[in-house]
Amino acid sequence: MNDYYNLEALTSVIHAALCGVMPEWVALTIECVIVGVIIILLYAVLAVIMIYMERKVCAAFQCRIGPNRVGGKGGLLQVPADVLKILIKEIFTPAHVDKFLYSLAPYLVILASVFTFSCLPWNNGGLILHMNIGIFFVLAASSIGVLGILLAGWSSDSKYTLMGAMRSGAMIISYELSIGISVLTMVVMAGTMDIHELVMGQADGWNIFKGHIPAILAFIIYLIAGNAEANRGPFDLAEAEQELTAGYHTEYSGMHFGFFYLAEYMNLFITAGIATTIFLGGWMPLHVPGLDGFNAVMDYIPGIVWFLGKTFLVIFLLMWIRWTYPRLRIDQILTLEWKYLMPSALVVLVLMTFCTLMGWTF
Amino acid sequence: MFFTFIVVVILTAVVLVTAAICIAKLLAPRSFNPQKGEPYECGIPTRGQSWIPFKAGYYLFAILFLMFDIETVFLFPWAVVAQKAGLVAVASVSIFLLILVLGLAYAWRKGALEWK
Repeated sequence: MNDYYNLEALTSVIHAALCGVMPEWVALTIECVIVGVIIILLYAVLAVIMIYMERKVCAAFQCRIGPNRVGGKGGLLQVPADVLKILIKEIFTPAHVDKFLYSLAPYLVILASVFTFSCLPWNNGGLILHMNIGIFFVLAASSIGVLGILLAGWSSDSKYTLMGAMRSGAMIISYELSIGISVLTMVVMAGTMDIHELVMGQADGWNIFKGHIPAILAFIIYLIAGNAEANRGPFDLAEAEQELTAGYHTEYSGMHFGFFYLAEYMNLFITAGIATTIFLGGWMPLHVPGLDGFNAVMDYIPGIVWFLGKTFLVIFLLMWIRWTYPRLRIDQILTLEWKYLMPSALVVLVLMTFCTLMGWTF
Repeated sequence: MFFTFIVVVILTAVVLVTAAICIAKLLAPRSFNPQKGEPYECGIPTRGQSWIPFKAGYYLFAILFLMFDIETVFLFPWAVVAQKAGLVAVASVSIFLLILVLGLAYAWRKGALEWK
């Protein structure tokens, strides 16, 4: 267990230092502001990194070079330049839309992803929203996002957006079931919904190793359904460019569109982050039983490196899937969920319950 | 403490969106053109409104979703204590699951899962 990198110590030192020079409520307010700034910075930086990664990965899969002009050979400054460009584009509201709902939709989409984003275990003691129903809260908060998508599509009063929103809504709510049941499977094994305890319980081995066959099956189901939740290929029919221009955000311009784009990438990160938390041990280092020297070396790597490393590994896996498989039709998507994925998720749940009760998990 | 952080997170999200919109409004050019207000189409004016009755197939899946989502909500409290509660709890949960699976089988048989 890597106790050297416990963030709890750092936060309590900061808290004590602040309380020493000012009344407690001022200190608490300052801490809240710091937390908010950290969330926004992490959110923005990770989104930029992921957009760059997606461009490079997609270019590699299509035998292209990808961004290579702005900021040197690697095109490192391409995404910041794009962010700047989108900020100086005009935000205009078309005349025919429902103005209130139209401007509310980006708030809901961002709110859902910021909520789930702050439930991720970054490090030991680095969990922003710590509660005993953590993983359940993540599931509940992530479904606010679909509300934003439906509102965006409906309020825009355009046929493309309406169709895009309906398809996306039907798909997201369907795949939420599989996500819920595969998370449930792991909760049965771990016996807790608290995200911190979920990670601490994996100190002696990640859940995917402890739960062997049912856990691996649940992981595969989670990855497929999570890909659909993040609205990405092969489940990106809501934004099928060839038929619906841009799907539910066709009528949005400038930074308004930017929020949907941002939320899409952050949802990918969150999907991967939750997969890391419940299956791959969160910020826990990799331990191999019997190899004490190896385990001690692994302990010296900080938790946040482990967390980000595993998360980006899962993100790469999801990008690989996106750029490999062709887009599915709406009937194929719903058939896949209701006739294959959900029944098999239920079978995995029963299997996991059986294994847990018989004591066949490690 | 926990509810403070919930409020902080909500405020963060609201500030993030509002600040970005304000920056864009400050930096971006503004111009008026009646054609900008029209729905995005392929060049032909849109015929009629889009707020019209829509395909019922989506609605059907939403109802099915509701059934199974509530099932998941009910199963979560059991999942936490599954190891301690033992076989009796598993038996009662299996009856619960069985009824729901029967519901799914019924919907499947009736063709509610086909996309028409």
